[in-house]
Amino acid sequence: MKNFKSIGKPSPREDAYDKATGNAKYIADIDFPGMLYGKVLRSPHPHAVIKKIDTSKAEKLNGVVAVTHAAKCPYKMGLYLVDRPVFATGKVRYMGEPVAAVAAVSEEIAEEALKLVRVEYEELPVVDNIEDALRKKAPLVHPDLMNYEYLPIYYPKKDTNIFNHFKLRKGNINKGFQKAYRVFENEFYLPQIHHVPMEPHGAIAKWERDGKLTVYSSCQSPFTLRNLIRYAFKLSHKDVRVIAPYVGGGFGGKAGINMEPLAVALAKEAKGKWVKLIFSREETFTGTVVRQAMKGKIKTGVSRKGRIVAEKIELFFDGGAYAEYGTNVVRAAGYTIIGPYDIENVQGDSYGVYTNHLVGGAFRGFGHGELHWVVESQMDIIAHAMKMDPAEFRRINVLKPGSRNSMGQTITEHTGNMTACIDAVAEKLDWGKKRMKLPAHIKRGKGLAVLEKAPAMPANATSCARVKFNEDATVIVQFSGMEIGQGCIAALSQICAERLKMDITKVHAAGLPDTDFSPYEWQTVASRITWAVGNAVINAVDDAHAKIKKVAAQVFGSVPEELDVDGEKVFLKKDTKKFIPLPDIVLGYQYPDGHTIGGPVEGVGTFTPHLTNLDKNTGQGDAAAEWTFGCEGAEVEVNTETGELKVLDLIGAFDLGTVINPLTAKGQIIGGMIQGLGSAVLEELKYKDGKVRNASFVDYKILTAADLPEKITSIFIQTPDAKGPYGARAVGEHPMISVPAAIANAVYDAVGVRIHSLPLTDENILRHLKAKKADKGKKK
Amino acid sequence: MKKGFVHEINFTVNGIKRALSVHSNETLLKVLREHYGLTGAKEGCGGGECGACTVLLNGSPVNSCLVLAVEADNAHILTIEGIAAKDSIHPIQQAFIEYGAVQCGFCTPGMIMTAYALLQKNPDPDEAQIKRALSGNLCRCTGYVQIIEAVKAAAKRMKGKRG
Repeated sequence: MKNFKSIGKPSPREDAYDKATGNAKYIADIDFPGMLYGKVLRSPHPHAVIKKIDTSKAEKLNGVVAVTHAAKCPYKMGLYLVDRPVFATGKVRYMGEPVAAVAAVSEEIAEEALKLVRVEYEELPVVDNIEDALRKKAPLVHPDLMNYEYLPIYYPKKDTNIFNHFKLRKGNINKGFQKAYRVFENEFYLPQIHHVPMEPHGAIAKWERDGKLTVYSSCQSPFTLRNLIRYAFKLSHKDVRVIAPYVGGGFGGKAGINMEPLAVALAKEAKGKWVKLIFSREETFTGTVVRQAMKGKIKTGVSRKGRIVAEKIELFFDGGAYAEYGTNVVRAAGYTIIGPYDIENVQGDSYGVYTNHLVGGAFRGFGHGELHWVVESQMDIIAHAMKMDPAEFRRINVLKPGSRNSMGQTITEHTGNMTACIDAVAEKLDWGKKRMKLPAHIKRGKGLAVLEKAPAMPANATSCARVKFNEDATVIVQFSGMEIGQGCIAALSQICAERLKMDITKVHAAGLPDTDFSPYEWQTVASRITWAVGNAVINAVDDAHAKIKKVAAQVFGSVPEELDVDGEKVFLKKDTKKFIPLPDIVLGYQYPDGHTIGGPVEGVGTFTPHLTNLDKNTGQGDAAAEWTFGCEGAEVEVNTETGELKVLDLIGAFDLGTVINPLTAKGQIIGGMIQGLGSAVLEELKYKDGKVRNASFVDYKILTAADLPEKITSIFIQTPDAKGPYGARAVGEHPMISVPAAIANAVYDAVGVRIHSLPLTDENILRHLKAKKADKGKKK
Repeated sequence: MKKGFVHEINFTVNGIKRALSVHSNETLLKVLREHYGLTGAKEGCGGGECGACTVLLNGSPVNSCLVLAVEADNAHILTIEGIAAKDSIHPIQQAFIEYGAVQCGFCTPGMIMTAYALLQKNPDPDEAQIKRALSGNLCRCTGYVQIIEAVKAAAKRMKGKRG
């Protein structure tokens, strides 16, 4: 490791002070005089024709200022595939879909008005699962699919419920399977889950009569939100201003465009007035987006020595009623489909499928939690069947320098060290060591699972940062990466201070964007902010330094190349006694006679990931700018009489390159692993006839402090990334990804039952234990 | 609009005596946020399930979304805005910052108030007691580990001060 001044230090985050004192303002904390309150009327049916909407009574209620629905607001939205109307148009496609909205002078009146809106429905057959959706004569959720606008890197299929089909083809799949000594075929499933940010979604909008629109939103993507709002409502970018306060948790659920158009639609009908729309917890469950459910089929061919020679995978994502952002989840899962393995012959197909379920969207892991559940369960099954150690089986098959990954990129020693991650977890777990004696009905087991992920983003996802010198030569760094909890404010301050060769106490990160004033940022998604914006910050500092040197060179009668800048001064490299203190130059250099040259110093830096689109038929190309490898392991205890699962030990090792801030990196890893553990053992959106049954904290549990494993460990492997800022790599999403497979593999090790369906609740485990017992009985 | 009856209540909020007319269906959370601008307590669910609205009522942590304002008559209310000293924040707040116990921050005020109540009652809690005390406060970001570490550190520091 280099001798860094700020990088690698556990700097407390600037935003933590605001948050720990209660000062931090979130969307619900913002009020304006004369503000109206919005409420949304939602569909009680998962699939129905809207025969009639009558809002006349609601409109007449005293205190109601605006009522709107599809007829008044005939707009559609979508990040990649424009399939989602702001209000259900013609028919409703999921339970909870917005049908109408009202704005009134109080919440109570708005709620009263909702009750006065009359909607007549005629129910339609419900597409209630992936199999139903794929059936030949299945009802079409979107009969007009082919008429929708979409980017040409996505492939919807005519007259089906498939909104995207991503194909990956590498090597020769048939020849590969011919070479196989054994072939394994399995199916796996995981249900829809919710992000459950602690902060419900919300937005506040005002549409002025001169056509200017201002939107406050708890969002991950102020600029992309601006872009999509102006697209949906047919405005100019310059007339739309998005301001983003602190975000109380995102996890993908506040990415792209979400519920904001509802507030905008109301503001359009109540011109000149602020309209505040804050979702209830139930609405946050059903009215935002969820992680798609997925069914995966995998077929793997293995050589006698345990080398994987061919793999065929099909992933079917339950994208819910609208594809929208989910379109790219299908693609990202598709191009990573085999996980971090070196396999010569691959056939991968990733399908996004419409159903009448909640809308699938971006979710921490972005398709990778889903694909790794399939792959890492399968790898464990194969290892056991081949009588190989599961860790060793992975070591033999994972990507190493010289390997080519699923999309044909060559792995180098800079890509990261997958094997080191496995070794670290195995060591910490005492892998292969004997177990202590326990009562007969208590069984312990260990399992591990690997993972990889790259930031999933289009090739033109760019970032900008600005570095502004103050009079005393302290610095404000501006960017529009959102502080959604991950710690980008701290990390970007550290990167900025490091590059400035300045003490971090002299740097202030202004991280809450306002699209009128802040530099451009595509989106805060894909674990990309520290990595991408970090590079933009470095470039911005370099730009500021170049500007300082240019003026100083004139003063010294020198050239910029002969000068250098540190945190306090600009100086001649050859003669360091010749220098100008920064405060004397950062607003312009003044000669003794008063004449001044230069001006206020502001550095601007940008970053572009330099990617390519992928080949339509093979999925080969360069869609990943950097990879983060990881391995997660667990030791569990299962009570064979009750099915009760206890997680004793949970370990994650990630090659995150140079660690910018160990305090926040640890927070990402542990927080992600616990969210992953929730998805492994607890979480599931439950449906009956297309209707969600558990949209509350009473019925949808997340882990509490009392549910933690006995031990949780985060391990940093630090192989510097060639393109990352100071060698840093992404880590935000990764810790969530392979926890379910690690737990399931540990359960298998403990009690010998292989569970193919999440979540691994005690009931689910007990069911499998009973089935195994019954099966044994039969065989006897 | 049906608003319910209006009641006059007298209570102390962060050391200041207050008198207020409230409707019988108004919650303490709403009163704190909307009448006094004390927006540190958050509404995460409105149903007493998440703990983001935790404040202390006569020293005990309550979900202020489930407490009616009229129930606060004659009570002492302490919110996140009321625990700092004049020139320095509270040791629990400081520990949360230093130990990385804060991520998105939405649960943080409630979490700190619950920890505050715990340390008032039990200045030297063990890990199991901390976990149990915090189990009514949901956090989706941190995985709780650094929060527990922060509470331990704060307990140590506060004990040192009293020492």
